[in-house]
Amino acid sequence: MNTASHALDHHDGHHPAGLLRWLTTTNHKDIGTMYLTFSLLMFFVGGAMILGVRAELFQPGLQLMKPEFFNQLIGVHALVMIFAALMPAATGFANWMIPLMIGAPDMALPRLNNWGFWLLPPAALLLTMPFFLALFGIGDGAVATGWTLYAPLSVQGGIGVDFAIFSIHILGISSIMGSINIIATILNMRAPGMTLMKMPLFCWGWLVTAVLLIITLPVLAGGVTMLLTDRHFDTHFFNAAGGGDPILFQHLFWFFGHPEVYILLLPVWGLMPHVLSTFTRKPIYGHTAQVWSFIAIGVLGLIVWAHHFLTSGLPVPALLYFMYSTMSISLPLAVLFFCWIATMWRGAMSFETPMLFALGFIVLFGIAGLTGLVLADVAADAQYHHSYFVVAHFHYALFAGGIMGVMTGVYYWLPKWTGHMYSEKLGKLHFWLTVISFNFTFMPQFFLGLAGMPRRIPDYALQFAEFNAISTVGAFALGLSQLIFAYNVWRCVKGGDKATDRVWEGTEGLEWELSSPPPHHSWETQPVIKAG
Amino acid sequence: MHASHANSAAPHAGHYYVPQPSLYPVFLSGGMFLLALGFILLMNKFAPGPWVMAGGSAVIIFVLFKWFGAVIAENQRGAYTDWEDKSFRQGMVWFIGSEVMFFAAFFGALFYCRNISVPALAHMDPAFTLYKDFTAAWPTAGPKGAPFTPMGAWGIPAINTALLLSSGVTLTFAHWGLMKGSRSQLNLGLILTVLLGVIFLGFQAYEYHHAYTEMGLTMGAGVYGATFFMLTGFHGFHVTLGAIMLAVVTGRCLAGHFDAKRHFAFEAVAWYWHFVDVVWLLLFVVVYWL
Repeated sequence: MNTASHALDHHDGHHPAGLLRWLTTTNHKDIGTMYLTFSLLMFFVGGAMILGVRAELFQPGLQLMKPEFFNQLIGVHALVMIFAALMPAATGFANWMIPLMIGAPDMALPRLNNWGFWLLPPAALLLTMPFFLALFGIGDGAVATGWTLYAPLSVQGGIGVDFAIFSIHILGISSIMGSINIIATILNMRAPGMTLMKMPLFCWGWLVTAVLLIITLPVLAGGVTMLLTDRHFDTHFFNAAGGGDPILFQHLFWFFGHPEVYILLLPVWGLMPHVLSTFTRKPIYGHTAQVWSFIAIGVLGLIVWAHHFLTSGLPVPALLYFMYSTMSISLPLAVLFFCWIATMWRGAMSFETPMLFALGFIVLFGIAGLTGLVLADVAADAQYHHSYFVVAHFHYALFAGGIMGVMTGVYYWLPKWTGHMYSEKLGKLHFWLTVISFNFTFMPQFFLGLAGMPRRIPDYALQFAEFNAISTVGAFALGLSQLIFAYNVWRCVKGGDKATDRVWEGTEGLEWELSSPPPHHSWETQPVIKAG
Repeated sequence: MHASHANSAAPHAGHYYVPQPSLYPVFLSGGMFLLALGFILLMNKFAPGPWVMAGGSAVIIFVLFKWFGAVIAENQRGAYTDWEDKSFRQGMVWFIGSEVMFFAAFFGALFYCRNISVPALAHMDPAFTLYKDFTAAWPTAGPKGAPFTPMGAWGIPAINTALLLSSGVTLTFAHWGLMKGSRSQLNLGLILTVLLGVIFLGFQAYEYHHAYTEMGLTMGAGVYGATFFMLTGFHGFHVTLGAIMLAVVTGRCLAGHFDAKRHFAFEAVAWYWHFVDVVWLLLFVVVYWL
């Protein structure tokens, strides 16, 4: 490259300011910040929706809303939380941290990176705008089928289903572009000497995640495209009168939907060992074992999807296969749990907020794993399927596993990103309120499910009243506690005690060798990793 | 892990090209939003639908021109080194991987209907089924479908197979021309490839017309019609995209772009074209032939 074009491409002083900076940025840190901000915003949007649901469920009978609107709220809550809150948070982490951790100047495809983010707001708008269009007499509101969009309900549904289909298409393109970028960055931008097996576990977690996204999201895109043509173009993919089958939609959906669980969790599993190692002042135990566990979970995750519809009348050999393959995932997952525990074993532990969240994560996510084994059992699932037991199970996985994992990462890395320390006092308050109110919300739902309360129903029998009331009180406490989190983050962005470059006493890794906050182009000159 | 900054002789001694801030991605997203919104309105019979779609499409096409134009300009002034080139290649490989999985969904639906749902419908307990006289046979429009004539393999589809396979050969011929510095061979090979692609699409359009007007084979002809039109339709759409990309590459070759060492765009489009070729071969075997 000649020097003239070098100078042209590479001046830091002339970047646009204000809104235009955020619209046009190609910088991995700016884009990471946008992902995380969007995620936090949508976390509250999705949370507000489910508080509406919990308010309706506070007492038996219909008090606040029509059942149709109730159904819209639960489905859009799930889609928002999964696609617009959890996934963007993990992608925000990837954008911020992967270049810092592997010694890269930026992400491999920076303009594509910007596009990946800016696809999200239009998709979120498409998902939620039918709520508002209904106020003007256009359509009958948002998608009311639950996030799973099962045919034939979704074939017969209103205009909200069309909005959801295109929202999913755009979200899918965003995730695939993000994944392509992350894979190219990891494979092509690592500092000299950083072999794949020396690469930090967070990057490994994301590498497996990105591959899973590229394998599964196009199948969901194909599935919802068939749904669209069944709705409007006379095809019969999911209609027995034409030789099709509604169960086909469930196969297509869950071929994506099950790996999606690991897509949401692998980045968090990747980040956990870093946090545990830092606050126990010990090296990570079992780096290689954890890498192979990620890969094993990724591979197994692709071939177990039908355990989400074990009661749909699959043949017995299929039931047995999906039961045993599902249960086999507990083996690599147990390896991860034992590595986390072994990392802490006899360490000099201290309990800053990220460590508290990490420990809370391990305990509560463990409950998710164990109840998942119960649900995978074909005989037991016949009882628990579509009950509140399932709702409780996956909230232990996705709130206590996913969201609390994200919060672990935010508290752990926020000082690196902003150059300021957050308030430890508020952080600890946030942790305890979250853990207590989370269990208040979801523990009763296990009992409700065992007693036979079905999910996605706005009214219920009187015998379920007490546990529902407790759960609703817990949910509001949980929602309000998150305002402390938002305030703490905002406060930390605005100012606070200066963070050192290493931030925490026991940190290891390239990301801690840069200043806090890091320079505009992260590793202008790539570091060299010495052997050993 | 230990890092050293001191005058390290990293293999990528240069710096990585991070493009200037750009408005293209935001506009592309905006265009896609309008296109999706317009399509939803159109399908649900709201009058502004087609206009919103047209606006969205115009924005998308405009941005694609500008964005790809900017990338080509950056490439021509030497902004990219082997390091960036490698990122592009990896990006394209994984993108094609995602396309493979998109087609896998439709092939999966075809196998599921042929081997699972249609036989299951035919073997239900006669006391409980709605469709007593339905027997499992392929192709089928299902128990309630209207009669139709299935598409045979050895007419137009066989010709189309020959056309696409030859286009793979002419594309490789063009690549050889590029590698040994013969620009005329490069240009000739590319032009032939685009032509073969366009002829393929012409035959495909004729086949669709024939299916709808004379064979009773429509999107509504049960699972056979659905899988037939969705698989061949998405394939045809990809051939169209591939032909457009090949045409752009041909134009760039005629303008003197690319040399034996640096021709990522040529190779990316060639990979894409071969991928579309392989999808067709699978289609020919499982949709038309068997």
